[in-house]
Amino acid sequence: MPHDSHDHPHALLPPEPALRVKALETILTRKGLIDPAALDEIIDTYQNKIGPQNGARVVAKAWTDPDFKAALLEDATPVVADLGYYGRQGEHMVVVENTPEQHNMVVCTLCSCYPWPLLGIPPGWYKSDAYRARAVREPRKVLAEFGVSLPETSSVRVWDSTAEVRYLVLPMRPEGTEALDEEALSALVTRDSMIGTGLPKVPA
Amino acid sequence: MTRVHDMGGRFGDGPINLEPEYAPVFAEDWHGRALAVTLAAGFLGQWNIDVSRHARECLSPKDYTRFSYYEKWLAGLAGLLVDRGVLTLDDLTGAGEYGPHPLADKMLRAEAVATALAKGGPADRPSNIAQRFTIGQEVVTARPAGNRLVDGGHTRLPIYAAGAKGRILRVHGSHVLPDSSAHDLGEAPEPLYAVAFAASELWVNPEHPKDEVVLDLWQSYLEPA
Repeated sequence: MPHDSHDHPHALLPPEPALRVKALETILTRKGLIDPAALDEIIDTYQNKIGPQNGARVVAKAWTDPDFKAALLEDATPVVADLGYYGRQGEHMVVVENTPEQHNMVVCTLCSCYPWPLLGIPPGWYKSDAYRARAVREPRKVLAEFGVSLPETSSVRVWDSTAEVRYLVLPMRPEGTEALDEEALSALVTRDSMIGTGLPKVPA
Repeated sequence: MTRVHDMGGRFGDGPINLEPEYAPVFAEDWHGRALAVTLAAGFLGQWNIDVSRHARECLSPKDYTRFSYYEKWLAGLAGLLVDRGVLTLDDLTGAGEYGPHPLADKMLRAEAVATALAKGGPADRPSNIAQRFTIGQEVVTARPAGNRLVDGGHTRLPIYAAGAKGRILRVHGSHVLPDSSAHDLGEAPEPLYAVAFAASELWVNPEHPKDEVVLDLWQSYLEPA
């Protein structure tokens, strides 16, 4: 394992990050250790195939199907896997439900743990020092920066993802959406509402 | 005994730098490349996720603070590649040899990417360590927080939750213990719990009397209250 030492191998690479990654890629490719086409494939997967639309489908289904919702809250991993959402950084899923009495919000103070199969790659702010440092100590001030204010009657439960368990927030279904079907509902589910830093959109 | 990544509760970071909900997944092209190189190199099988997290945590506080997110990944990766003997320091400067590499048969091929990512890497394992706590039971976390197998080693009990009283909220089964796994000491699986702490147990000025923070904590981090 790397130890604290004064020779930092990264210092041998070019200082500019784009060149640094290019240099590493070139070295590893020449040695036959990485396939540049595999890198394209990984990027394409997380840029275009896996993202918050997956989580939104889960949420909309939970809003419309009580049995699905009960199973999801009981043991989310096999339930979302049945929909095709399993894989790296989503091996152990827990879904936590917002209620009028309790709002849930997810952070990883130690690094950047996030449910990739359901939400994709985390946004920059989720990985920022400010969010990591503050979300646990002053979630309501953080929420206010996201434009969310909770009633005094609601408690906040912040989930610090310190293990390989990944959390997804099930937001409350907005009022006035009784007539909407699952697909229309999923369009209301924002990424931030599933992290707990936002609320679903209300229908226009 | 703290490390720079353990920043939960810290003061002074200022407002969150918000981005639009539909901002590009990778703000710069090299971000995606850095993520992909790191994942692909991981498939060479020379380290696990706990080792790779610890590599980033071992960056000097100065580097950790000044580096952007994916720069930390790259620095951690460069360190691991050298530490594990995959590359030499000469390789990094471009002065290395380009003969056949003994790990070349482990290279992740483009056609294997979808399957490899979908397969994941579960962390739950059978364990012969009996579950000690039940839901609702009060527990106290270890203090000081820190790895008890390796001084300055990897651990997942943040400083802000050390010596705090909480209650067991969920039982997750038995999971690989990062404190051991990050240091090639074996997976040492043991029961893992979601533990709820009143905000007033963690902070001098909690925002609301009913607010809570929940952490996933291994059994060996906990004692009965």
